[in-house]
Amino acid sequence: MELVQRARQGDRRALARLITLVENEAPEAVEALQELYLFTGKAQVIGITGPPGSGKSTLTDKLVKELRKEKKKVAVIAVDPTSPFTGGAILGDRIRMSDLNLDEDVYIRSMGTRGSLGGLSAATSAATKVLDACDFDYVFIETVGVGQSEVDIVKAADTTIVVMVPGLGDDIQAIKAGILEIGDFFVVNKADRDGANRVALELRMMLDLNEQKLVWQPPVLMSVANQNQGIAEIVAGIKDHFTYLKESGELAIKRRERLEKELLEIVSKKIYRQIADKVQREGKLKQYLDSLMKKETDPYTLVKVILQDVIKT
Amino acid sequence: MAEKRIRVLVAKPGLDGHDRGAKVIARSLRDAGMEVIYTGLRQTPEQIVAAAIQEDVDVVAMSLLSGAHNHLFPKVVELLKEKNAEDILVLGGGVIPEADIPFLKERGIAEIFTPGTPTGKVVKFIRDKIGEKV
Ligand SMILES: Nc1nc2c(ncn2[C@@H]2O[C@H](COP(=O)(O)OP(=O)(O)OP(=O)(O)O)[C@@H](O)[C@H]2O)c(=O)[nH]1
Ligand SMILES: [Mg+2]
Repeated sequence: MELVQRARQGDRRALARLITLVENEAPEAVEALQELYLFTGKAQVIGITGPPGSGKSTLTDKLVKELRKEKKKVAVIAVDPTSPFTGGAILGDRIRMSDLNLDEDVYIRSMGTRGSLGGLSAATSAATKVLDACDFDYVFIETVGVGQSEVDIVKAADTTIVVMVPGLGDDIQAIKAGILEIGDFFVVNKADRDGANRVALELRMMLDLNEQKLVWQPPVLMSVANQNQGIAEIVAGIKDHFTYLKESGELAIKRRERLEKELLEIVSKKIYRQIADKVQREGKLKQYLDSLMKKETDPYTLVKVILQDVIKT
Repeated sequence: MAEKRIRVLVAKPGLDGHDRGAKVIARSLRDAGMEVIYTGLRQTPEQIVAAAIQEDVDVVAMSLLSGAHNHLFPKVVELLKEKNAEDILVLGGGVIPEADIPFLKERGIAEIFTPGTPTGKVVKFIRDKIGEKV
């Protein structure tokens, strides 16, 4: 595919177009992803999650700049919520990253969730693969700031950073549900504010109690992102984690599990579409629904009928 | 296939620090179902064009109060052309004297919306121009 070649040669317009195709689940996207798959697997994918306004974008901007000192190629996918009512979205994460616009080796893409829950959009994973295959060394994914268990990020990222801030009230408790488990490390940002030390301490205590992860102890770091403080330490942590993942063999395990999920997801989507299309096309759906409404049959019996019908053809 | 969305970059070039107008238009485009990438204040034409390309937008909408429109708007059009992205629709808004409008249109700005234009008109303009493409 010409677009794939151009994108891999560094043509930003082609890359951007590819991601649009992937996001829209356009038919060409399949062909592109087929070609790109071979080139994936090199990038470290880093998820940045945490409550709204905690400084995720500011932090990402600074982390990217730090990595650029080493001439690494870096991509960012920044996800913001899509309005469930209109389907529209205001994607504002770029505001904090405008100095990066002119850097040819940085690519930033904003995405709306488009109906997905869990902090990412359905296309985030596939878009990450496109960027990985286009030779970016690091791909950052900034999730929606929902503050609750943004579990989806774990499925897409190798390394997940949870950003916390002081002043969320006494309830780290409330936020921590699910979040302790997903963080490979924790950053207490806005450490210029009162209470940062306490948040860090509480986090450390809760992590100590959490006996699941014995091998990798999630570090708790502090930063003042808008003043560029604590950034080098976080970058070092990101690299340490990747080294750990590789050396322990966990990276291979994680990625294998991810492939399993993705493969089965693609299969089920495809089967679903085929069945749904067929039922619609033959106009049987209406008939089925009529008989369900009249209680002439039940959904489970109908499912059998539908599946048998599909297998036959 | 998932639904396509119109993507619009709303940018605020120039040095003035007022982005109320830009925010109002960003919100109405969102409410019309579009994806709006908002880039914040004081963007240079180079930054705007780089962001527009990375985001693969259909439209760049700029708002300006500082009076530098005769320079900044055409500059964005030029830079897009340099990057082979002249298919991206460029719109301008803000305090722009009537007398300047013909010049701006001649330089490739598709439409100019002066203060008081109902936002619905902007939405309709974008839909008409991009609608068939998306
Ligand atoms: N005092 C202080 N302010 C900060 C710090 N880091 C970021 N901010 C400010 O916090 C505000 C929100 O920062 P963002 O980076 O947009 O936060 P975010 O988590 O990306 O926000 P959403 O994407 O909307 O969830 C901005 O005004 C930043 O300048 C910090 O370390 N200290
Ligand atoms: Mg953000």
